[in-house]
Amino acid sequence: MLTRSTMRRSRGLLKRRLGFAALSIALVALMGAGDDGARFRQLGHKMMCVCSCSQILLECNHVGCAYSDRMRGELMAALDRGDNDDLILQGFVQKYGPTVVAAPTTTGFNRVAWIMPFLALALGLATTILIVRAWSKRPAPAAAGAVLPVTGPELDRFRKKAQEDTEI
Amino acid sequence: MSQVGSFALLIALVLAVYSFLAGILALVREGPGSERLGETARRAGVAIFAAVLFAAVVLVMAAFRDDFSIAYIFHHSNRDLPGPYKFAVLWSGQEGSLLFWSLLLAAYGFVLRLRHKTDQRLFAYASVIIAGVQIFFLLLLNFAAHPFAVMQGERAVDGNGLNPLLQYPEMVIHPPMLYLGYVGMTIPFAFAFGALVMRYQGEQWIHITRRWTMVTWMFLTVGIFLGAHWAYAVLGWGGYWGWDPVENASLMPWLTGTAFLHSVMMQEKRGMMKVWNMWLVFATFWLALLGTFLTRSGIISSVHAFAQSSIGEWFGWFLAVTFATFALFFVKNKAHLKSEHRLESLVSRESSFLFNNLLLLLACFTVLWGTWFPKISELVEDKKITVGAPFYNKVAIPVALLLLLMTAVGPLLAWRKTSLDSLKRNFLWPSLGAVAVGILMMIFGVRPWNDISYFYALMAAMLGVLVILTVVSEFVRGGRVISRHTGQNLAASVVHLWHRNTRRYGGYIVHFGVAMVVIGILGTAFNQDKEKEMGFGDKLALGPYTLVCQSYTQDDNPNYGNEWAIIKVFKGDEQITTLYPERRFYKASQQPQTIPRIYPTFTGKNPLLITDLYVVYEGVNQDTGRPIIKAHLNPMVPWIWTGLLVIIFGTLSALVPNAAAVRVTVPARAQAVPAGAGD
Repeated sequence: MLTRSTMRRSRGLLKRRLGFAALSIALVALMGAGDDGARFRQLGHKMMCVCSCSQILLECNHVGCAYSDRMRGELMAALDRGDNDDLILQGFVQKYGPTVVAAPTTTGFNRVAWIMPFLALALGLATTILIVRAWSKRPAPAAAGAVLPVTGPELDRFRKKAQEDTEI
Repeated sequence: MSQVGSFALLIALVLAVYSFLAGILALVREGPGSERLGETARRAGVAIFAAVLFAAVVLVMAAFRDDFSIAYIFHHSNRDLPGPYKFAVLWSGQEGSLLFWSLLLAAYGFVLRLRHKTDQRLFAYASVIIAGVQIFFLLLLNFAAHPFAVMQGERAVDGNGLNPLLQYPEMVIHPPMLYLGYVGMTIPFAFAFGALVMRYQGEQWIHITRRWTMVTWMFLTVGIFLGAHWAYAVLGWGGYWGWDPVENASLMPWLTGTAFLHSVMMQEKRGMMKVWNMWLVFATFWLALLGTFLTRSGIISSVHAFAQSSIGEWFGWFLAVTFATFALFFVKNKAHLKSEHRLESLVSRESSFLFNNLLLLLACFTVLWGTWFPKISELVEDKKITVGAPFYNKVAIPVALLLLLMTAVGPLLAWRKTSLDSLKRNFLWPSLGAVAVGILMMIFGVRPWNDISYFYALMAAMLGVLVILTVVSEFVRGGRVISRHTGQNLAASVVHLWHRNTRRYGGYIVHFGVAMVVIGILGTAFNQDKEKEMGFGDKLALGPYTLVCQSYTQDDNPNYGNEWAIIKVFKGDEQITTLYPERRFYKASQQPQTIPRIYPTFTGKNPLLITDLYVVYEGVNQDTGRPIIKAHLNPMVPWIWTGLLVIIFGTLSALVPNAAAVRVTVPARAQAVPAGAGD
């Protein structure tokens, strides 16, 4: 049983912990800052190099690659023009084909690519919950020490023994 | 030489067919001769190993003797290829790697057949199934991908050489490890399928296969990580995982195999999930074959294009036949697989295994779906698309984080039922530790609201720390209980604790390693890189380091010519190392290859934040003749490779037999301390 002084101490400890958490969150909130150069990195990582190296545009490391340097230049130029991300990606798709985008878009049939894993998660969760419910409703196994019904080969063994006992 | 090898393969095929057919006859037929027939089938199975080993030795000897009359040697070797790579020629091309696959399967079968006295009937079934799989590979080797096919016309003076990507020390061990994992998955499958066919009574087959499964899982894990390390150290793009279809193919059986290793404990301990386990072990075997099908068929485009060929169709048929056969016996005998117990509480080890399996399977499905979607899209819309890293990062990372949460939570739950009090007691300090790490990361500039990758990194760090702290607390808590009652110090008590239940505590060490790997991966969010053309004395600043080009030059040897630079690395005014990034040009294959140089350094004063300084010689500017150097700072990457070592150590320690139980009279309170009793 907790004494009054113990309860007071634990309340004080809780207050100190909450105070520390609030201070930490405030500190973190004050430090937020944006990074304009991140757009180049983000878009460059959403596209593939089309030199058939199967690498992300910003990760293609072929010196003398006929595409990656040019494509990076085009991306930089589009950013300088002030194009938005969608426009830039559309421009690349028109020029290099749909395989230039490193992940399926969220339009048309491509949506299926994104939906399916989450659908599988939902189905899996539903199935798991059903299994858990079914297993919970199963009759409880016999208590320790209770006699368990004999089946299969063990039953055959007993049957054989019983027959042997009664046969001449 | 080629005739001798061909003959050995033919003999192996005949032996496999005999072992398969005679084995089936012996199992089906009741009679006095069936035992002797079964013994001849077993011996034929043992002899397959000798025949395939002989064929493999012949092929390796042909590589060392530069016998370019054999087409395989001509295409994958050359006179100036260094010795170890000549040995690796065995698995460097399609025909050789199929022979190697067959050899490993024969070796596993050899060991299994020698140990047949453990359970003669079950082993006889497993032996027949292995012989069936062996027949497929030997048919391929004899009729579709013959490693001893001879060159037409005049004998070539030199060969085409080994693919430069494969001329790296790790390539001598990466494929064997991966293959040991892939092929090894046949063994638990053979036992499970055998148990299904013969309606095996009890769960003894799981005990028999436990070590096989753990060992093959370890090989597969090591193979995957060595592949990742090879990609990191050879491909020169600064990363280790590109979600290439062939990489995905190795990940899928690993995920189902991991799920099996966990859920099989439900069957052992509680007689539950029998159907599920049967399908999991089949899926693992099947996905291992699917990986080879993906690699060889060319159905899905991959950077591993060197492996493509026409044998994909053979694999397609074999996959269909194995699925149909397994499904047939499952339908016939599924009544035998009924669960024996009920679930007593949602907050229990049983339900944690269920959710862990759900997440592992979901991860596997996501990878499978992403790998096949380009093909599906092409069939539906007649339009090719790419499913690359951004897709997997968005879909698979959340699943991986949930899995990490389960890794932390699961081991602390007891079988049957866990009380809320015990949950609170076990989770309080690890959770506070994880939250503290999260707050510290935010204070040091990781703002999850600015970038989704920072959010993932923050979550991964917190969950990784949660896993590590729960594992440590389990060892410490259990160790203290033993220490209190034996008088040993804590370290000795922890060893004692592990030795009493090696599988459980070995598993915890594996979890620790997995958490380290995840923490290593999260460093990707903080990668930096810079590229610069560097003349003599030019400097490149990256993070706290300054790279100075001291010199650059060219060299030549019989195997390759190379260009390389001497780069001095300074931190402040102090020189910390010298790196020699290079670019090779292999003469026989006429292909270039980058060899980056990697230096792990400690960032700041904190020895835990290890960063790789990764320097690539990208090539030469043709106008100026000066090298282009790209430097990457990849934080935390060494944690990944260290995590692998911990995983290996954990798996090996889980294989050690338990010590005899020590009787200790423990008061009721102390007994309740280690939360999850049992494995």
